This record gives sequence, C-alpha cells and structure tokens, in this order.
Amino acid sequence: MATVVNPVAERENYLNQEYGVRSWLLTTDHKRIALLYLASITFFFFVGGLFALLIRLELLTPAGDLVQADTYNKLFTMHGQIMVFFFLVPSIPAVLGNFLVPLMIGARDLAFPRINLLSWYLYIIAGILMMHAVLTGGVDTGWTFYTPFSTAFSNTKVIEAGLAIFVVGFSSILTGLNFVVTIHRMRAPGMTWWRLPLFIWSMYATSIIFLLGTPVLAITLTLVIFERAFHLGIFDPTRGGDPLLFQHLFWFYSHPAVYIMILPSMGIISEIVPCFSRKRIFGYSFVAMASIGIAVLGFLVWAHHMFVAGMSIYAALIFSFLSYLVAVPSAIKVFNWTATLYKGSITFSTPLLYAFGFIGLFTMGGLTGLFLAALGVDVHVTDTYFVIAHFHYIMVGGAVMGYLGGMHFWWPKISGRMYPESLGRLAALIVFIGFNLTFFPQFILGYLGMPRRYWQYPPEFQVLNVLSTAGSTILAVGYLLPMAYFLWSMRYGKHAEPNPWGAAGLEWMTPSPPPTFNFEETPLVTWEAYDYGNIDLPKEVPVER
Amino acid sequence: MFDNFPLWPARASTTAGNVDALYIFLVVLSTFMSVAIFVMILAFAAKYRRRPGHAAEQIEGSTILEITWSVIPFGVFVVIFVWGAVIFFQERTPPRGATEIYVVAKQWMWKLEHEEGHREINELHVPVGRDVKMILTSQDVIHSFYVPAFRIKQDVVPGRYTTAWFRPTRPGTYHLFCAEYCGTQHSGMIGQVVVLEPSQYEAWLSGGSTTGSLASTGQALFQQLGCGTCHRSDTQGRGPNLAGTFGKPVLLDDGQTVIEDENYIRESILNPSAKIVSGFKPIMPPFQGIVSEEQLNALVAYIKSLNQNPSGAAGSPTLLPAGTQPQAPKVQ
Repeated sequence: MATVVNPVAERENYLNQEYGVRSWLLTTDHKRIALLYLASITFFFFVGGLFALLIRLELLTPAGDLVQADTYNKLFTMHGQIMVFFFLVPSIPAVLGNFLVPLMIGARDLAFPRINLLSWYLYIIAGILMMHAVLTGGVDTGWTFYTPFSTAFSNTKVIEAGLAIFVVGFSSILTGLNFVVTIHRMRAPGMTWWRLPLFIWSMYATSIIFLLGTPVLAITLTLVIFERAFHLGIFDPTRGGDPLLFQHLFWFYSHPAVYIMILPSMGIISEIVPCFSRKRIFGYSFVAMASIGIAVLGFLVWAHHMFVAGMSIYAALIFSFLSYLVAVPSAIKVFNWTATLYKGSITFSTPLLYAFGFIGLFTMGGLTGLFLAALGVDVHVTDTYFVIAHFHYIMVGGAVMGYLGGMHFWWPKISGRMYPESLGRLAALIVFIGFNLTFFPQFILGYLGMPRRYWQYPPEFQVLNVLSTAGSTILAVGYLLPMAYFLWSMRYGKHAEPNPWGAAGLEWMTPSPPPTFNFEETPLVTWEAYDYGNIDLPKEVPVER
Repeated sequence: MFDNFPLWPARASTTAGNVDALYIFLVVLSTFMSVAIFVMILAFAAKYRRRPGHAAEQIEGSTILEITWSVIPFGVFVVIFVWGAVIFFQERTPPRGATEIYVVAKQWMWKLEHEEGHREINELHVPVGRDVKMILTSQDVIHSFYVPAFRIKQDVVPGRYTTAWFRPTRPGTYHLFCAEYCGTQHSGMIGQVVVLEPSQYEAWLSGGSTTGSLASTGQALFQQLGCGTCHRSDTQGRGPNLAGTFGKPVLLDDGQTVIEDENYIRESILNPSAKIVSGFKPIMPPFQGIVSEEQLNALVAYIKSLNQNPSGAAGSPTLLPAGTQPQAPKVQ
C-alpha cells in the first residue's frame, strides 16, 4: 500500500485552492481558520511552556536563586493565564472543532463563516495585548486575579492582562455561538441527534459553557479593571466591598472552564477508541448525555474552590455534595471507554496510545478530585502542590493528551500527509513518562504541605522538586517531537488516503485534504455513529505494521 | 543535601489523625480503582489485539451495567462526602473555653497576640494538650494560615474575622505557612509554631514581658476613645450596655436578630450604623481608619471579657465630661 502513488495528491483542495498571505488572512473557510488557530495556539503553548520550564528550574533548589521573587510570581501568573486562556480553552474547539464540526455533520462550512474569522481576529488582538503586557513588565496576580491584591496592591500590568482575557473571551463566545447554530441547523440529511458523532456532542456541551459562562468572566474582569482604575470599592473591604464576592464570580466561570478544557478531549477519546478497536462505542447515549450532564452540573460546583476562604459551613456542605455529583458522569465515560475495548480488535496506533494515556491520567486526576471535594481533606491540601498536581492531571494529562491524540488522528485529514508512526508512538510514550515524573511527586509534596506559588521552600521538599523538574525536561522533549515530525511530514510525509484508519464518520468520506466545500455532494446518512459492524469499512485499521 | 526526605507530614494535632484516616482511605480506594481500570485496559488490549482470525464483536451497550457503574460509585461518593463533612464540622467548630490567639496578617508577616498580652512575630508558642482558637484578620490582602502538621488551614481575609482551632498533641516545632498568594514575599511569609510541655509553656509565659493582658489593653483603649461615655454599665447610656452580651442574640431595630460574635463587634466599631440595636439611635461615629487591627482586637477581647466580670470597666464612671467627642487614638 505504501508504494501506491496517490493519484488525488494534485487534486484541488482547501490548501492549494488559493495561495498567498491574503488568501489566508481573509479566508472564511473553517478549515483554513482552524489552521490559523493551530499556528496561534501553538505559539502560545510554547510561550507558556517556556514559563513552566523556568518555574521548574527555579524550584530545583530550595533557595530563590535563579530569578527574583517578583519575576517568579510573574512567571507562574503568565504561565497560567497563557495556558488557560490562550491555549487550553481555544485548543480543541478552535482548531479541531473548527476543522471537524462541519465535516462531521456533512455541512459545507460553519453557520457564520465571517464571524468565525472575526473570532480568530479577536483572539489575535487579545494575544497581542497579552504579549504586550508580558513584554512590558508582566503581571503578578496569579491567573486567578484575587482581590484585593489585584485591585489595590499589585504594581503590575493587571488592567492590560485583564483586558486581553476580556477580549479573548469574546472569541470563545463567538465560536460557541457558531457551533451551536451549526449543529442545530446544518446537519446533513439523515444525521439525526442520536447519530451524531460523540465529538459533536462534546463540542455542543462545550459551546453551551462558552455561551453561558464566558460572559460572567467578562463581567468579573470588567469589575476588576474598573475597581483598579476608579477605586469603586466593590471588592475592597475598607470601602465596604467584599473580596469573597470576586472569588464567587471568578469561579462561576473558571470552574466550568475546566470542563471547557476536558469535554472536547473526552469527545476525541470517544472517536479514537471505537476506531482502533473496530467497535461501536459502548453505551453511546450514556456517553453523549454524560457530556451534557457535566456541562450542566459543572455550573453548580464553583465554590468548592473556596472551602477555606471564609464561607459558611453549610454552603461548603452543599458545594461538596454537588462536586461528588459531577464526578458520576465522568466515571460513566471512563467505564464506557474501557468496555468498548472488550471483544474489539485492537490496533496500537499512535492515537490509541494517546487515548490510553488520557484514560489513565484522567482517571488519576478524577480520583484525586475526590480528595479535594472531601471537606476535611481539602482544608489540608487546598492551595498546596496537591491541587497543582490534580489539575495538571486533568488539564495536561487529560486535555493535552486528548488534543495530541486528536491531532495525530486527524493530521492525515488536515494535512493530507502521514506522520512517521514509530516516532509518533515514541513521542506518546515520552509524554506519558515525562508527565508522570513531573506531576506525580507533586501529590506527595502537597500532602507534606508545600504551598503553591512558593518561590523558595524549606529544604526537606527538595528531592521531590528535583524529580519534578527532571520530568519536565522529558515532557518538553515529548512535546517538541510531534511538532518536529508534523512539520517534516507536511513536505516529506506519505500522501494520506481519504480514510487511512478505516474510520467511520463523514469526515473520512471525503478526500484528504478535503476540497474547499468539504463534500462533492451533500452526504445522506443512513447509519448510526461508529456502526463498524454494518458500514462498509475495512475489518482492520489499514496501516502497515 | 538530601538527608531530610520525609514522605509523610508530622502529625501533631487531634485533627491530623482524622484527616489522615480519610486520606489513607482515599489513597487505597483510588489505587484500587486505578489499578482495576489499568488492568482491564491492558488485559483487553492484550486479549483482543488484532490478529488473524479474530474480528471485533459489536456490542451496543447495557443499561444494567450503566446503572451499576453509576449507582455504586455514587454510593461510595456519598460515604466520602459524609466522612469529609464530619471532619470539617469538627475543624470548623472551636470547643468552648479554648485559649484565644489574635492573629493579624500583613504583607509579609504574622503578628500574633496572646490573651495574656504576649506578642509574637512569625512564631507562636502554645502548650500541648490545650485547645487553641485563632481569631484571624488581615491588614491588607488575603493570606492563609496553614500549619501542615495540624492539617489546618484558614484564609485570612481583610475586613473580617475568620477563625480556626487546633489542639496540639506533640511537642515540637512545626511550619507555619502562608498558603494564599499575597505578593512578592509570599514564600517568605513563613514562621513556626512551637508546641511546649505545659511547664515549659508557663516558663515561656513568665519569661516574656507584656504591657498587661489583651483585655486590659482594650479597657484602656475603651476609656481613651471615650466609648464608656455612651456604653455605660446601666441602662441610661446613649449606647447599649455591653456587659454580658457576647455570644448572645441581639435584637436590631429592623426586627432582625444577630448573634453578637467577634465579627459583629468589629463591624459595630468600624461601621456602627450597619446594624443598630433596637431602641438606640445611629449616633455613634464610625471608627474605620481610626483604630488599627491590633487595637480592634484589644477592644474585641475587652468586650468579650465583660462576660466574665460584668462589673468591669464598662461600669467604671466615665472620665470624660459629657458631650466630649471620641478622639482619635494616640496609641502607637
């Protein structure tokens, strides 16, 4: 199969239809906008990653010796802000979602192609503001902007960074709006709600959070900016304000934002696992409804970030209980993915290795969430490295693993080229090992009591910090490797077949890369998603071994 | 370099053992669940790997299984929830008769004051086996009082009191950390809690010099600020008689009732018109910006002390002529 020259390579597609900078910057093609986003978020991923490495290097020794205290505080602040708002939140929705939502439902484009381009421009304006804030002094409030530190005490670029995040939020809102309308109105004939791929369900759930949660973040940041500029006294206790009000408002968005980051990855895993085990997904409707359940319940648990903040005991009880409720749909998903493997015919290709990595690390992230939701234990471990480890297992072990799995799964569709499979598997292994070495020791550090955001620390914490720093360098290699071979494959990779994995799904029924309007003719859907038993597909994943 | 490499934190309070017990339960449960899922994935991956003569078998799903693996985890979660809540209730309910320590946090130090009037910075001496209640406030941003060996943590919020308590069980020196990011020297805002045997503690107390107990400092301040002009020990004052009121319900002029706790006293000094006691007029001037956090603590301690000796200083005749306005303090 490898020697077969692909006759459709020179065929007109979305990549070669037009050339030149102008054809990219003014495009309204969802696939080209996805690539614009891919380039932008990759840039911010490496900026945020560089800050992370500097943080880890500073923590190699107990003394604060590599950078100044103020510099360290800016590093962890900007690492968080850039990774959350400029990488994780847009990552899968704006890149893979943008590329795949129309393809997967058999549409020619998103419902509002120009608004789609606008959302990228908003992202870029916000990105320029953020980089300007970074380069002209940075910001040191922590990504959480807690008042009254951010409003009355910090001497850094709080307003500018707040403004950047305010603007990037509108980019999310417009993307969410576009997806909701597209999924409702533009499904191909026969593509009923219960035939939708689970990635679409997860994008739908994510979009609901974009639309309902992000405006609250915008309001909160506006209040911080106004309070800082005009001393309004909303959060300032000396003027009758309440600093805890800020925390309620902030987490009302920022807890659902965690689900913005993880739901899309769950959607990807629900695509990869059936494909590489040649089986329909176990419990389709439960997996789909679990996404919606997470999106809804995710709005009701925000104050579990505030158990020691000075809140009433009774409020804490309610939020603790609701936090356990939201763990149920996550558990359902993990069990269903595992059950999907049962009696499958499994091929260990790169995307599946990332999916296994996701399931393992997300399970550990989810289980350690049970520790944090338990009130008595949370008092001890909140604001320590235990929390850092927990949310990195969810956001990096979960969300980023899922993103990388998705990028490997759909890269042949996006670029029309295959990446080197053996290097792909190697990178997945390096990421998995590096990740665990970086973050597992932090659970122990946290229970020992090392607080987060510490520039220097007592010497008995050093051994675990050295392990963590060592892991982070391995992780960095694991992230650079796919970047290198993806770029290499764009020129030297083998041409991809329309359906290199023999996967179900409309996106695989059009050439790789797809033509500008996606399909030669509008598809008619007569089957359920992942119906590997009935759709005419290869019995095995057609890759050479 | 690596001679001190602990994997478990010191356990030095009555709460610590309870927290550790739930933590260990959770570690065992999580390990079991993770291993179960990893083993299943690896076993399926090995058993059902692609090979000649083997094809996937299509299975739609199973509602019974879905219900099983929703209900059983939920049941386990409820157990964890209740267990965690019980510990939390205990952590958040200071026992009666606890020794009180007033803590003022500021960028970047801890200022602690004992009832006996001993002041400490970044260091707290307490006797083993006695309940200690911390009454915490901040002068600037939010901090968090964290003693890992006691498994307690409480945010310290400007503009209000929060409380925490512990009973040390083992003499020793333990870390005191600030756990809420508070600016440049956040990681330098650390100190130690020194737990002493009762006899050593008595020696420590008698060794230090004080200017009298916190309540007596408060009493002097009460007179200096002219509070006694209105808050008299009889019913003739223009303000309510404060003797014996702490911890009891107060009827307000809007018909609501509040419990007179530290936060109520604090608010009534700084912003008196916020909650007016029924039958009185809002004539007291606000003391926001006039009294420091330490002075406020002394006043609170004094008013609380009136419960023990109701005929205390509030009853002493005012030294100020009637009609004199309260004055800004000249203390400090």
